[in-house]
Amino acid sequence: MSLLELRGITKRYPAVVANDDIHLNVEAGTIHAILGENGAGKSTLMKIIYGATTADEGQIYWHGNPVRISSPSAARQLGIGMVYQHFSLFESITVAENIAIALDRKLDLESLSAEINLISEKYNLLVEPDRLLYHLSVGERQRVEIIRCLIQNPKLLILDEPTSVLTPQAIQGLFVTLKQLASEGCSILYISHKLEEVIQICDSATVLRGGKVVDTILPSATTTGELAHLMIGTQPPTTQRQHVKINSSSTLEVCQLSAAAEDHFGSDIRDVSLTVRGGEIVGIAGVSGNGQAELFKLLSGEKIHSEPDTIRINNVGVSRLNANGRRHLGLACIPEERLGRGAAAGFSLRDNFCLTHHGRNLLRYGFIKYKEADRRTSQVIDRFSVLCDGPHAAAESLSGGNLQRFIVGREIELNPTVLIVSQPTWGLDVAAAAFIRQTLIDLSRAGSAVLVFSEELEELLEICDQIVVMYGGQMSQPVSRSDADIEQIGLLMAGEGFSFQTTAQGY
Amino acid sequence: MDLTIAIITGTLIGATPLIFAALGELVVERSGVLNLGIEGMMLIGAVTAFGFAFAGYPPIVAALVAMLAGATAALLFGVLALTLMANQYAAGLALTLFGAGLSTFLGHGFGAAPLTAITEVSIPFLSSIPIVGPLLFRYDPMVYIAIALIPIIWFALYRTKMGLVIRVIGESPQSAHAIGYNVILVRYLATLFGGAMAGLGGAYLALAYTPLWVPNMTAGKGWIALALVIFSGWRPFRVMLGAWLFGGVTILQLHAQGFGIDVPSQLLSALPYVATIFVLVVISRNRIFLLKNFPMSLGKPFHPGN
Repeated sequence: MSLLELRGITKRYPAVVANDDIHLNVEAGTIHAILGENGAGKSTLMKIIYGATTADEGQIYWHGNPVRISSPSAARQLGIGMVYQHFSLFESITVAENIAIALDRKLDLESLSAEINLISEKYNLLVEPDRLLYHLSVGERQRVEIIRCLIQNPKLLILDEPTSVLTPQAIQGLFVTLKQLASEGCSILYISHKLEEVIQICDSATVLRGGKVVDTILPSATTTGELAHLMIGTQPPTTQRQHVKINSSSTLEVCQLSAAAEDHFGSDIRDVSLTVRGGEIVGIAGVSGNGQAELFKLLSGEKIHSEPDTIRINNVGVSRLNANGRRHLGLACIPEERLGRGAAAGFSLRDNFCLTHHGRNLLRYGFIKYKEADRRTSQVIDRFSVLCDGPHAAAESLSGGNLQRFIVGREIELNPTVLIVSQPTWGLDVAAAAFIRQTLIDLSRAGSAVLVFSEELEELLEICDQIVVMYGGQMSQPVSRSDADIEQIGLLMAGEGFSFQTTAQGY
Repeated sequence: MDLTIAIITGTLIGATPLIFAALGELVVERSGVLNLGIEGMMLIGAVTAFGFAFAGYPPIVAALVAMLAGATAALLFGVLALTLMANQYAAGLALTLFGAGLSTFLGHGFGAAPLTAITEVSIPFLSSIPIVGPLLFRYDPMVYIAIALIPIIWFALYRTKMGLVIRVIGESPQSAHAIGYNVILVRYLATLFGGAMAGLGGAYLALAYTPLWVPNMTAGKGWIALALVIFSGWRPFRVMLGAWLFGGVTILQLHAQGFGIDVPSQLLSALPYVATIFVLVVISRNRIFLLKNFPMSLGKPFHPGN
């Protein structure tokens, strides 16, 4: 008898059927993968199992008995625990309090701390109950989330994209813990779109595509190619890389840049130096929160710096110029947040186009030439295959992938000498991600200097010519693509070899 | 000596309505809700309390009904800001204007008849000790209640599950929702509590502080309470210190005139706000303090969604 069985689960949202007649069996003591692209319906399905939302049709069986899971606390009472991709933890309280808040029992921090220490030792999940969560690294936070579930003796643990924020070493540490849990009889639902991981640790895998179950397979008897084919429905797209031809007339140079954090929870930038030459792509790897956001703002001009020569574009010191001044020198930026920073949500694509193109012959006597703007916006929409209702569609009406295509297209249409982009493919499906990656490669090969911030190491290894790692606001020496070694980059991401060490304790 | 005693006792009395209103708002803000309607809720509390006392009900009844009236006014704010997701700043300001108007209208017939509602209780023996007696043991009961509430609220916020829930909802309603807490319900309860406390602060003004009804008699005390919450860094014990400081300024103002010391009263009235800005600047530089105490989601509406 299965531990958990889903029969005919269907969930409809106004625009889309997120889950369409899903059948799923999870056996006791196994690690079961739910594999699928972004938008395949994985998250909705997990929310239904965890009681965060309810299905329109279908029935859930727990130990063979039909159950109705109406809330997360009902799920917890059955013995289902969930670790979200975006942790539901609180920075202002301690580890123990973070765990107490999710338990349906009286507040007794002392006995709870003892309990936490027991679990922490048993599963090698090192945490200190009395520490303020604010001080913890992402890896430590995930351990807190997992302990929070384990303390309730779950029969089923759901992990949503658990490795997306971890260093390679931390991922291996997590796998050891998961295997130990499974061997003790706790089933694990492992949601992922990372094929290698699924093959490495899962006993079975259910593949979702477009809200439907495509197949349930044995991962150990398959290859990443076959899995990718199941997941996407076609052959996975590949990117084409031509040889680097250095174009010395476009460069971005950062020279001993230091800056104190501007907001309360930001990171200081400590003596960062970096060169991106025209014709190549440089990638910045690192666990998020190690100064990437602050560096991006310093480079884009959202934050200015008092020493003019710390940042140079084509040998011109730009540190004291604002974003607009830097754009005039050929800089283009694509920030991580598409709505609100990359594009104004309620504005039309045409207006969003004008925001970065107004200096490009779009004005007459200070008035916008709207017909011309419409025409050029339509060009971007066609050239980058943006699915939308034309140039007057509001930016917020586009899906994430299409909006990213539009923003990338808009910036590339500027023919930038330097392009800085953060998390270029975050949340995109495989086809859109491959398209964006290819576009970035093509831009660099056409002579631009391209700098990519990404949390996805695989992505950087795929497209970059050089990779640097940020840790605690510092930057490592560049590693060229051909010499890049995942193990070594992982150690750098965890802070090895950097002079300044943050208070957070990584793996 | 007598003068010093008068100033200290005056300070404690002047601080009492501030403590009530500010403690209530502190709990509200800790849950992430910014209710700028304290002044309005205090006025509604004041007119209600005066009305009931005027009609002959005992002061305790008048005070309780005033709390109910304050909570009802807060409920109005809650419907606007929490259910209908209206802008909290606008909804709060509207409540202040509404409270001022409604209380003036309701209090129209009251005239300016003073009443003796709440008077000081002299604790036998203790109150006749020289100096210490008048300094500590000759207040009306509300002064003692206000001071006693400080550790009670502190305990509730920091030592109970309920307080933990309020604080985490103030930091991240999204995460609290993901764990399974009903964010909107908790915020409603906090808002109602804040309204009741503002109502009680208003009742104190009408029953003990000035014992009469004058339109707009709060004279900005709601705003001082709001400033006090910031001044305190969202921490209960500092509310008490701040209330004494701000209450003391009001009293000094009176006595300074008596001495012929020529400090413009406008300058003294501005002091709480200047002090608040000063504190804001100082705490803004302290990351850990803000992290632990400032409700990060303050003033931001929360949509539960799916």
